[in-house]
Amino acid sequence: MSAVDRRLLQYASASRRYVAVAASIAVGSAALVVVSAFAISELVVGPFQHHASLAELRGPLIVLALAVTARAGLAWGAQVAAHRASADVKSQLRRGLLAQVVRLGPAWLAGRPTGDLAVRATYGTDAIDGYFARYLPALAAAAVVPVIVVGTVLSQDLVAGLIILGTLPLIPFFAVLIGRGTERATRRQWRTLVVLGGHFLDVVRGLPTLLLFGRADAQGDSIRRRADEHRRATMRTLRVAFLSSAALEFVGTISVALVAVSVGLRLLDGSLDLRTGLVVLILAPEAYWPIREAGAQFHASAEGVAAAESTFAVLQTPVPRPAGGVRVDVARATIRVEGVSVRYDDRPSVACPDLTVRPGEYVGVAGPSGCGKTTLLWLLLGFLTPATGRVVIDGPHGRIELADADPEHWRAQLAWVPQDPWLAPASIADNVRLGRPDAEPAAVTEALRLAHATEFVDALPDGAATLLGENGAGLSAGQRQRIAVARAFLRDAPLVLLDEATAHLDARSEAAVADAVRALARDRTVIAVAHRPALLDGSARLVHFGAAQAAV
Amino acid sequence: MSADRSLRRLIASSGPVPGRMVLGIALGAAAFGSGVALIATASWLIARASQMPPVLTLAVAVAAVRLFGIARPVLRYLERLVSHDAVLRMVAGFRAGVYERLVPLAPARLGRRHRGDVLSGLVNDVDSVGDLHLRVLEPAAIAALVSAGCVGFVAALLPSAAAVLGAGLLVAGVVAPVAGARAARRTTAELAPLRARLSAAVVDLLAGAPDLIAAGAADRTLAQIDRRDAELTRVARRAAWASGLGSGLAVLAAGASVWGSAVVAAPAVNHGRLSGVTLAVVVLLPLAAFEALSPLPGSAVLLTQIRGAARRLFGLLDEPAAVREPATPVALPPGPWPIVLRHVDARWTPAGPPVLCGLDLTLRPGDHVAITGASGSGKSTLAAVLLRFLDPEAGSTALLGGVDIRELAGRDVRRVIGCVSSDAHVFASDLRENLRLARPDAPDAELVAALRRARLGDWYASLPAGLATWLGEGGALVSGGERVRIALARVLLSGQPVLVLDEPTEGLDSATATAVIADLLEATAQRTVLLLGHRPEGLELVDRTYRLVDGQLVADRPATGSRASTDPANSLVPPTEFEPATPGLGAAK
Repeated sequence: MSAVDRRLLQYASASRRYVAVAASIAVGSAALVVVSAFAISELVVGPFQHHASLAELRGPLIVLALAVTARAGLAWGAQVAAHRASADVKSQLRRGLLAQVVRLGPAWLAGRPTGDLAVRATYGTDAIDGYFARYLPALAAAAVVPVIVVGTVLSQDLVAGLIILGTLPLIPFFAVLIGRGTERATRRQWRTLVVLGGHFLDVVRGLPTLLLFGRADAQGDSIRRRADEHRRATMRTLRVAFLSSAALEFVGTISVALVAVSVGLRLLDGSLDLRTGLVVLILAPEAYWPIREAGAQFHASAEGVAAAESTFAVLQTPVPRPAGGVRVDVARATIRVEGVSVRYDDRPSVACPDLTVRPGEYVGVAGPSGCGKTTLLWLLLGFLTPATGRVVIDGPHGRIELADADPEHWRAQLAWVPQDPWLAPASIADNVRLGRPDAEPAAVTEALRLAHATEFVDALPDGAATLLGENGAGLSAGQRQRIAVARAFLRDAPLVLLDEATAHLDARSEAAVADAVRALARDRTVIAVAHRPALLDGSARLVHFGAAQAAV
Repeated sequence: MSADRSLRRLIASSGPVPGRMVLGIALGAAAFGSGVALIATASWLIARASQMPPVLTLAVAVAAVRLFGIARPVLRYLERLVSHDAVLRMVAGFRAGVYERLVPLAPARLGRRHRGDVLSGLVNDVDSVGDLHLRVLEPAAIAALVSAGCVGFVAALLPSAAAVLGAGLLVAGVVAPVAGARAARRTTAELAPLRARLSAAVVDLLAGAPDLIAAGAADRTLAQIDRRDAELTRVARRAAWASGLGSGLAVLAAGASVWGSAVVAAPAVNHGRLSGVTLAVVVLLPLAAFEALSPLPGSAVLLTQIRGAARRLFGLLDEPAAVREPATPVALPPGPWPIVLRHVDARWTPAGPPVLCGLDLTLRPGDHVAITGASGSGKSTLAAVLLRFLDPEAGSTALLGGVDIRELAGRDVRRVIGCVSSDAHVFASDLRENLRLARPDAPDAELVAALRRARLGDWYASLPAGLATWLGEGGALVSGGERVRIALARVLLSGQPVLVLDEPTEGLDSATATAVIADLLEATAQRTVLLLGHRPEGLELVDRTYRLVDGQLVADRPATGSRASTDPANSLVPPTEFEPATPGLGAAK
């Protein structure tokens, strides 16, 4: 795997910019470390060998002060850049995710827990903070700092430089070697660790069940025992896992010791001066810690990417078929459903009965549940694309497959009243206006009247301006349905799709809505799905769907 | 309870600090101490060598440098092993203690909705005691010891340098982490309402996607979300300025210590109060002294989260039990056990709304009775009262075999009344253990017989490892229908003569639900059965049906051929149907 997750770079351009920023900050910090090392050694050598006074040390003191301040500023700036990048990346991922969800459409969303998806989109990507604030800076430092430090040491003292250069590669070598061992050990114990680690949660979740059978009191000891087994299994894994960081540390500290001893011995015979010796001693540890740190922060990387994983999965889901661009005139078109079957995820495909609807016709569709009535409407709405067969729009512009039509333009000519309409947490008027945001208040009032909604809307304290709660909370199912019907009236579309539009209404309002729908049907094409009679009575033509057939 | 008191209680309730923990801290301090000693001795070695003394005078320093170079990683390795071991032991004891306090609270006080999430959260909160010791208290103790050691050592060489170092360590070890944690807390608080607003807009988009797309309003909604997203991102970007302050301050303090040490040490050398060799030690030692402080910013942020965990945990554990067990329970009367409820009032919390108000119900031995009601109408409350998971209010009469249920021990009541529900837990264990919890001494043959009577015979035959098949987490998947049937097999094994079937078909498709209900009622034909549900399945199979409305029972028409068959379309659900689930259902719940 690559060090920086490619998908992150691909789906969030802000992360590309940040990688460059993190690298520049690492270069700057490394340079400041080198400058500080020279200044510090000067501050020792001056008083020690030349009895320099503070005034004479003014030069290195100013340099060190500036370097320290600049380093602190960079450390601050690094965090600021990281958190800003993280905020940008999360925003980009979120917006990409939602745009993709809209592209994938209702058929993809159906059956997916939307609450869960929303939480993931808003809160689930927080671990990305760690990826940007800890892992990427550590990675940049590991790539940059050792190079600059070793280069400087080599230029000052070849022997010390060679010692560092010789031991540095041991770190990745050990890391890989021990990493493999750890992985093997963890894999061997995985099952035990999962089972034992989950035992407490399992017992707590099963507590009501245990109580039912009088077995709850017996569990305290078992929890202690399993936790103890878990500890022993964990410790077996940790003994190996901690070895890797211990080995990395060992390479670092023992090399610093080697450098120090070698420098000391060469100072003894005068082949090296104190100033160089101190510079080398100060710089030597700086060559090792960035690599160790990057290794230590690796889990932050894994967590960060895992957090974005479900978002990536959605972003990588292929959109069924690119939308067509042909504009069709629904008002003068005959709609034909020909040999269509649909496939939803990995369920077996379902056949949709053939159907022809002519312009201006009122077609009622009846049949047992599961026979494909809703599927038919979803096909016409473009939420589903046929796996086989086609939906053809036959009009003055010729025979166009629905899949080739411009979906926005097509849907602008439809009004849909679903079985369980969704209402926005906004005013009733705004809800009626959903499909025509620029409609006049008078038109909204008229639509509500036609949908037989005036009576209950006027009874509300603020009338049509009444704010609705989450998904229409505060309204009965029948009232919500009538608002959806008012929506369809206001939409004034040539093709109206009704999906059990009177399912939740009492007999009186059902008759009223049926009247309204008949009024709506004048000059329009209507496809009304229902298994109750009121809406179907007014139909010019009644179509019966049989039970669904599995298409093989 | 205040967060700080909760935190103190969390520390206190994890028991006395064990010797292993102290050993871990000592090893950790020794490890970081070796790191400082490595740099200090190396500086001394180099500075002394520059004076070209006889090589033998350096022998000890050379050995010491190598020793510290080896000791540092070895001690650190040991420290991590010892302290992880100590913390895992501590967590084990704490878990058992929390569990024992949970038993009287279950299930009434563990949340009735999203109970799974509540409990997962609870388990995480319990385990935060491990984080508290391993990632907060131990690093803080180690940092304090190492800092004290460094300051003490330098004080012996040059007190003014020790003062400089001490001030630097204080800023980097206390001020910077506290400032960082405070900034993090403020950012979280500032972002919370913006995130909630964004989240609400996202939920609207996802829940209303079909309606919005059909109405051509999806783009408008996306644009609105983008505006809220931009607002959130803008505030998060601004908050980033504060987030880096802590780490900047820590770096500044470390650098300033080196600088300050040089400033006070140089004149001391010139005045002869400090030798040139020790000058190198005094100036270079601070370079290593700050390493032990590096985990502290993380610890400070973590501490805020642990505080929250402690408050949640004790908030739950301090809840009063939902059932007062009698001091001296009346012995269980001999059967049969008719159940008589008269004017039963019940509510989940003393201040909460009453759920049952004057409910009357009589169950004669062998009765099969069904109660339907919308969700939230009180069916589960009734089940909890019968199972003695919830005490009815004063003035209610609840008799089991003629004895007030409140004078019986909960265990005894549940020996008579059993429950089958769709949320029956399948434990991460094998099938045998999952059944035997109902009757620990049951031989395999009886387990298999119970599975057959629960209509799990074919499923059982398909299991490769039979009764040894692992179920639950990390094991074979158990479908919703199988889960209910396992619960049925359990009550068949334990043999309670009265059964509450609490929404046994919740979450099942209607074909499965119909089959499950029929099998449940057939397998329990000889017992007293109370079927609770909001769907009509099985109502034609019982003797009487009631509806639960406003906390009271309303008798339905006689059950024979009643509601279930009015609409044949409802029962005609071929397994291959395509019915898009109503989007928004997940969000609305």
